[in-house]
Amino acid sequence: MNRFLSGLRQLSQYPSAIAGLVLIFLFIGLAVYAMASMPLSQAIDLWRGSGDTWQYTPRNAAPAWLNVFPGINRPVTMDFDTRALPESRTVEEIAPGMWEVKVSFPFEFTYDDFPTEINVFTEVRNSSSRPFFSMTWFTPDGREIPLGDADLRSAESFRLGQDSRLTRRLGGRAANVGLFADPGADGTAPLKGRYELVAEALMFEPDAEIDVRLVVYGQLHGWAGTDHRRRDLTVALLWGTPIALAMGLMGAVGATVTTMAIAAIGTWYGGWVDALIQRITEVNLMIPALPLLIMIGTLVNRSLLLLTLIWVALSIFSASIKSYRAMFLQVKEAPYIEAARSYGARNMRIILRYMMPRIIPVLVPTFVGLVPSFVFFEATISVLGLGDPVLPTWGKVLSEAQGQGALHSGYYYWVLAPSVLLMFSGAGFALLGFALDRIFNPRLRSL
Amino acid sequence: MQNGFLRVEDLKLHFRTTRGPVQAVDGVTFHQARGRTLVVVGESGSGKSSLAKAILRLLPRNVHKYEGRIFMDDVDVMRLTNERFRRQVRWVKAALVPQAAQNALNPVLRVQDQVAEPLLTHGKVKSKEQAYERVAEVFGLVGLPTDFMTRYPFELSGGMRQRTAIAMALVTSPDLIVMDEPTSALDVLTQANLMNVLKRLKQSTEMTFILITHDIATASDLADDVAVMYAGQIVEQSTARRFYTAPLHPYSKMLMSSVPTLREDKELQHIPGSPPSLINPPRGCRFADRCPARFDKCDQEPPVREVDGSRVKCWLFE
Amino acid sequence: MKPIQVFDKTMRADAAADDVLLSVEDLHKWFEIKRMGLFHIGDVKAVDGVSFQLARGESVTVVGESGCGKSTLARTILGLYGPTKGRIVFDGRVIDGQDREAMDWYRRQVGFVQQDPFGALPPFMTVHRILDEPLVINGIKEPEERERRIRKALEDVRLVTVDDYLTKFPHQLSGGQQQRLVIARAIILEPKLIVADEPVSMLDASVRVEIMQLLGRLQSQYNISIIYITHDLSTVRFFSDRIFVMYGAKLIEKARTKDLLANPSHPYAQALMNAIPDPDADNVERFREVPGGEPPSLMNPPAGCRFHPRCPAVIKGLCDVQEPPHFQRGDHHLVACWLYGEEHAERTA
Repeated sequence: MNRFLSGLRQLSQYPSAIAGLVLIFLFIGLAVYAMASMPLSQAIDLWRGSGDTWQYTPRNAAPAWLNVFPGINRPVTMDFDTRALPESRTVEEIAPGMWEVKVSFPFEFTYDDFPTEINVFTEVRNSSSRPFFSMTWFTPDGREIPLGDADLRSAESFRLGQDSRLTRRLGGRAANVGLFADPGADGTAPLKGRYELVAEALMFEPDAEIDVRLVVYGQLHGWAGTDHRRRDLTVALLWGTPIALAMGLMGAVGATVTTMAIAAIGTWYGGWVDALIQRITEVNLMIPALPLLIMIGTLVNRSLLLLTLIWVALSIFSASIKSYRAMFLQVKEAPYIEAARSYGARNMRIILRYMMPRIIPVLVPTFVGLVPSFVFFEATISVLGLGDPVLPTWGKVLSEAQGQGALHSGYYYWVLAPSVLLMFSGAGFALLGFALDRIFNPRLRSL
Repeated sequence: MQNGFLRVEDLKLHFRTTRGPVQAVDGVTFHQARGRTLVVVGESGSGKSSLAKAILRLLPRNVHKYEGRIFMDDVDVMRLTNERFRRQVRWVKAALVPQAAQNALNPVLRVQDQVAEPLLTHGKVKSKEQAYERVAEVFGLVGLPTDFMTRYPFELSGGMRQRTAIAMALVTSPDLIVMDEPTSALDVLTQANLMNVLKRLKQSTEMTFILITHDIATASDLADDVAVMYAGQIVEQSTARRFYTAPLHPYSKMLMSSVPTLREDKELQHIPGSPPSLINPPRGCRFADRCPARFDKCDQEPPVREVDGSRVKCWLFE
Repeated sequence: MKPIQVFDKTMRADAAADDVLLSVEDLHKWFEIKRMGLFHIGDVKAVDGVSFQLARGESVTVVGESGCGKSTLARTILGLYGPTKGRIVFDGRVIDGQDREAMDWYRRQVGFVQQDPFGALPPFMTVHRILDEPLVINGIKEPEERERRIRKALEDVRLVTVDDYLTKFPHQLSGGQQQRLVIARAIILEPKLIVADEPVSMLDASVRVEIMQLLGRLQSQYNISIIYITHDLSTVRFFSDRIFVMYGAKLIEKARTKDLLANPSHPYAQALMNAIPDPDADNVERFREVPGGEPPSLMNPPAGCRFHPRCPAVIKGLCDVQEPPHFQRGDHHLVACWLYGEEHAERTA
């Protein structure tokens, strides 16, 4: 324990260690937040994005914080929902058996560019007859543009930008442009000011309810933007964090502990056991791991767990077995091991209680440094198309970005966000690992 | 101790460590005449190995303090720059056979090339052939057969490798050779053989030797003069005869009585306690807390006094 | 169990068969050298026919240089290696590494003190744990019993006050204290025999005395036999009754300590005596008479007497052909050298 505390104190002397620890804690915090805000199953469902899960987000939107930069003032998605803003809706019984519901969504539009889409969604409950519904658009310069009317089924979506009649009425410009265009500027810039959508519905039943939702889809959305399936990338990036950390830690622990145990057993028992382990290792070193994984992933089974297990198995019988073996051989010759045998300690006890405690301080930096490689492993196989089909991970985001030609289309954020996360998580562990290495092995692994 | 070839005055070498400065050599003063062998006797923790490095200016990176005066032939070599020291003193006037030298030989070089290296580096010879001639000469001096010249170190036994290290020190004919524990890792018979070699060298050349060791018994094989080192300081220096018959300093006496002898059955006594840490040496006499003859003055640093031609650092001789 | 035959003539005269604690009978320990783990090249014959007996409470020094096989002999006696040929009989039981129960019993009877005090102690264990391990492993279950033994062991080796030391780690102890801890560990199971392999050669001169005196005191206090292995003849007077000189995997001279020191007979033993200086300023003038050469290869030892290539008194035709048996040199004094055989006496007569 004392050694641990003094190790911590020494650690604080290294700025790299502090930076590493800060990064790691940031990521742990992110992971905890992700896991607290929604369970994994929900995240998976969300990310699968069936049908209309993601219809309220724009497609391929960039992150909203881009507006922070001077000279950038692009529209961010604005979402108005009577469920969230109950005061926007008024109900009035204008005649016996007839209720008029009026919904008003006023808002300020101050951006320099046009929204990408504009949709209105309605939901009707407890009505066997269809309410009559009409919408009007009010511009800052006082124009009043009727948007159309309809009889509502239980759920309707009005994709105003695709309404050809509306487009014609707006002078050939689709609604997301036409409704905002500054008439004086010849349609190249939007008119800034106060806009309002007013929707009216006539209901014929007393318990009938209607919810209206207006979404003005921005070019920017959320912390990380959206992808080609309108999915908010923050979901995958957030939930990718605990997945990445879990994979990194699991892989590092599994690989390290198992490698060490196998090396210990081999060195202790010697003879053919040792020789066998060494031959397996040497054969394995010659097998190229990634092509093997690709083969297995394509032909057999794509589950992330299986591929990870194979990767771990391959990395156990790796060069590190040889270096642990070298260390164990050195420890094995130590006089205190001989003394233990002379007072009757059995093999298992010696391996576990006399040899391992010498190796563990050496292990700690290696283990820490190994975490990034397992994190990257997941990203690698995802990009190669072998990744798990359902889990939202950083690698998944990257692989989809690549598949959709993100860089080619200028959606840099799509590639940058997961890359930056990968980099910094790796950096955090690497920095900590280097500092730990300098502390635990002052003479570079001399036992 | 007239005709002083080597005069070391108040030599200090302190190392910087995370726990504080280690005062390994803390004010060492001794003289040595040309052609005589001085043995510096000390146990672990006395700083004797650091003394060897201090004299030859083979310093590690964490030096905290390095000062004093070292006069070789009346020239204070401490004032030379590192480069001049390297060119004019190290391996020219003074050479070192380091501790466990037999393990310090370069395994990929043939023995003759290693021994020839100091010659070639200091430009003492014009060609490799000349160098090898000199190598054959020193091989003869240390008793190594010349057909071993083309071998690699792993082909030689421990004793032979040690002789090679000594040959390396001899090859440039320096005035002074410092040997740090030259025989401690060797077997008894090999040790004896090596001591015979060194005795022959001593008698046939005018070389001045400083032998650093913890082994008083083997030291007596070569010693003309003895200096006793304790906790970074020299506490006694006298001729070998005087030291082995009647040592003056209490530590020297106790050291003598703790060494078992083969030929006489002697009452042995061990020294209780352990040497002080060199990081924070105690004020006053450093041997005081283990000394049976301690009295109140020992709280102050004892002066060095001349007693019958020996020098002792002890209040008992005031 | 066959009764022990007393065959070692150098043992003390009054030793009867049931006084014999340890009987080493024609012990051989060979290590096979295989190339690539498969092809037999040869054997390193580290112990090649060693026989001796030790009575209860008797101590013996085995002196020899590195490469003579003394460390292997020590470890074979300790049961760390099984003998290749020959056998060890301890307190009436045959020890050959096969019977597990016998080995477990045997390990409690023999303690081991090693050369490197710091290396012999696990650096990550406290003093308390280091002493607890042998007790736990050997089935001392009650914690109070273990505590009692630990305290007693520390008091026996004078590491007091005990409580100050229990929580220390090896690196916090001086060399002498470390070795005392090693000795404490060796005696904690109350063994009848201690094998000490160069216990003081890595310690400072002034500390050696302490440790040797401690071993001597323990020997007389508990009547423990000690087999003391060393290369330094000058330390033999402390507690050994007898000295065995080992060379080339064999014992070449066996005698009582006083007799050997006064009258070393084998040329190698004489060379050892010559090689060791006593502190004396006159040594500067004296050249020592020691043979040159190297210790013999244990894989291909010389024919006949193994010392003959270096021996100043070699008898050609005899020493290089036939291995000498042990001849009686005096009372309780055996030498394996043709100079003391009847044949030689005949020739020189």
